[in-house]
Amino acid sequence: MEFQDPAFLSRILTLLTLSFHILYATIGVGVPLMIMIAQWVGIKKQDEHYILMARRWARGFVITVAVGVVTGTAIGLQLSLLWPNFMQLAGNVIALPLFMEVFAFFFEAIFLGIYLYTWDRFEDQRKHFLFLIPVALGAAASSVFITIVNAFMNQPQGFEILNGEMVNISPLLAMFSPAVPTKVAHVMATAFMTSAFVLASIAAVRLLRGSNHIYHKKALFLTMKLGLVFAIATALIGDFSGKYLAEYQPEKLAAAEWHFETEEEAGLILFGILDGEEAKYAIKIPYALSILAHSNPFTEVKGLNEFPEDERPPLWIHYLFDTMVMIGMWLAFFSFVYVVAVWRNWTFIRAKWFQWLLIAGGPLALIAIEAGWWFTEVGRQPWVLRGYMTVDQAATTSGQVDLMIILFAGLYLILGIGTAVVLTRMYKRNPVEIELAERENSKGGDKK
Amino acid sequence: MTLEIIGISVLWLFLFLYVIVASIDFGAGFFNAYSSFVGKQHILTGVIQRYLSPVWEVTNVFFVFFFVGVIGFFPQTAFYYGTTLLVPASIALILLAIRGSYYAFATYGAKINHRGYIYMYGLSGLLLPAALSPVLAMSEGGFIQLDNGQPYLDYWALFSSPLMWSIVVLSLTAVLYISAVFLTWYSSKAGDAKATDLMRKYALVWAAPAMVTAAGIIYELRGHNPEHYTRILDLWWVFAVSFLLFAGTVYLIWKKRHYGWAFILLVGQFFTAFFAYGASHYPYLLYPYLTIYDSFTNEAMAIALIIAFIAGLFLLLPSLYLLFRLFLFDKDYVEGKSDYHA
Repeated sequence: MEFQDPAFLSRILTLLTLSFHILYATIGVGVPLMIMIAQWVGIKKQDEHYILMARRWARGFVITVAVGVVTGTAIGLQLSLLWPNFMQLAGNVIALPLFMEVFAFFFEAIFLGIYLYTWDRFEDQRKHFLFLIPVALGAAASSVFITIVNAFMNQPQGFEILNGEMVNISPLLAMFSPAVPTKVAHVMATAFMTSAFVLASIAAVRLLRGSNHIYHKKALFLTMKLGLVFAIATALIGDFSGKYLAEYQPEKLAAAEWHFETEEEAGLILFGILDGEEAKYAIKIPYALSILAHSNPFTEVKGLNEFPEDERPPLWIHYLFDTMVMIGMWLAFFSFVYVVAVWRNWTFIRAKWFQWLLIAGGPLALIAIEAGWWFTEVGRQPWVLRGYMTVDQAATTSGQVDLMIILFAGLYLILGIGTAVVLTRMYKRNPVEIELAERENSKGGDKK
Repeated sequence: MTLEIIGISVLWLFLFLYVIVASIDFGAGFFNAYSSFVGKQHILTGVIQRYLSPVWEVTNVFFVFFFVGVIGFFPQTAFYYGTTLLVPASIALILLAIRGSYYAFATYGAKINHRGYIYMYGLSGLLLPAALSPVLAMSEGGFIQLDNGQPYLDYWALFSSPLMWSIVVLSLTAVLYISAVFLTWYSSKAGDAKATDLMRKYALVWAAPAMVTAAGIIYELRGHNPEHYTRILDLWWVFAVSFLLFAGTVYLIWKKRHYGWAFILLVGQFFTAFFAYGASHYPYLLYPYLTIYDSFTNEAMAIALIIAFIAGLFLLLPSLYLLFRLFLFDKDYVEGKSDYHA
């Protein structure tokens, strides 16, 4: 029965598209900043390696941007195709940030084209740096605006319902819902952090594969430092997000922590398997949930039993929450160890097992991104517009969603494989050693 | 002028811009594939890639702009078009995705020059307008029915309708015509005589079919939507201006003179025809269910959107100007003297 239900199928297709898109979107938001920083460092230190780093990252970045753009177009249109009733209602309140997102995207697209096709056209490297600013700004701004739309769905405001109609609409109030600060900050910080670790993974792969070039060492150290900074920021913002949930969306926090009874001195549950209302094999940290929710070990945390049964999120989001938090903590700790080890000249970071851990960083961060988004999205079930509209009311009535799932799944498979093949081929055929040598040669040629 | 009219005019303008830039893009892919098929690829590929590479992403944004804007200004359209367009729009999305990503994979990435890909890229450029244009047919009414208050699309009526097929054929011929005229100009700027010559031939070949099908659609509308037909007749003089501009373009191309002006006249021709068509469609977004008045968003949002739009333009126009300065009007770049690709 469920497999003929358009609402269920629409959820599957949206999940599929977004899960695929956010991998590229996260990189799309974070990498421009990394490119910009590398270019900046290169200019400051007068070090050709960092300039080349910016250039090589940018080349790979275009591939991910292309897939990000097309999947982003897909989700943009699917919002109306799969959730027409939701868009009809929410479009009245939330169109503004959606519209602004397109402008940000426009801005980024224009300057990315300029940046990519003007290399070496200007003698002065600072000009190339200037073109990068709008790219990074546009990427960040579009993530801000689209996260604002999502924040509205979690905490709708800026309108009133009178006899089933929306009245007194205030676009600005709707844009700045209480969910915005923590959500936007968390999305940005994790995007920067993930991109840094992904780039670090790539450098680590090259080092493990035998290239001992100083270029890769510089890349690794730079990205790990950036990863550490953003991992710390992420952890701090994550804590604020917990407080936000306790205040505004307590059912999500309670479901994530299997916290059924409202109580003071609430403990935090790590791992475990749920058996009825009992968490088996779990590690319980006393007071931690109260601290996470209100910064005070003795305060009361609302339990899931306070909410009507049909308004509770599914309990398996606990696993997603654990996955996200554990990976985040690990990456913060791990990058800290690495950076200290480099400063102190500890040698174990050159061991094989440590190299493998470095390589694992990027994929782990991407997994955390997926887990985090699934947690936040599934955690507001059954609502699409929390408190106003459930997903069943929002979905299309079309009978062809199942066919579209198959089509889009095929598409994403092709795009995923294509990205992997093209990226590996691009860097394998043109390793940094060759490119550096070529640049030296062409410079020598100019001088004559 | 009411907010509704401002809203729809802005959106119609962006749809128009998308039609022009996307036509150049889709047509270029097709000509590239065709010339590869007949063994003339070496003549065109360089010119086409130099133009397309820095701007293909920007092309895509015009499309996103249009559909996001429609939902913003006219949220009711989501209800009618969203439900009914699931299949055609999904197909268009998949084509767009394959096309965009392939382009990036091939030109920025692996530099694949496999013929199969070139044909696929060219073909997808023709399928896309065919997949997008039924929306125009649907807006004329008669294809979307209401069942228990839920809209559904009558596929049989749509696919058996001569009107829909005329619109599909028009979109195809127009794409090839617009693209050919633009590339004639672009390659003449590049000083590439061979490419200019080839594109000039294509432009002349596709001029007549584009005109004939456009006239055919007006004729089809007489039977399908008489109300719309009468309004088109009221605006006959705008279409007449459009035809004169068309004649001007063909004349200049024929005489091998002033290709830049030929392209400008072509833009004028499509601009007048596009807006006359839009104005004659007024006030319906979906005949007879949806007018721009009953689907319009609330006033507060409309004003906010228009302010955002104006602010956005201040950012956009100088950036677009810079883009054109660097890639369309820069002599060295257009002539391909240096490859500045990162």
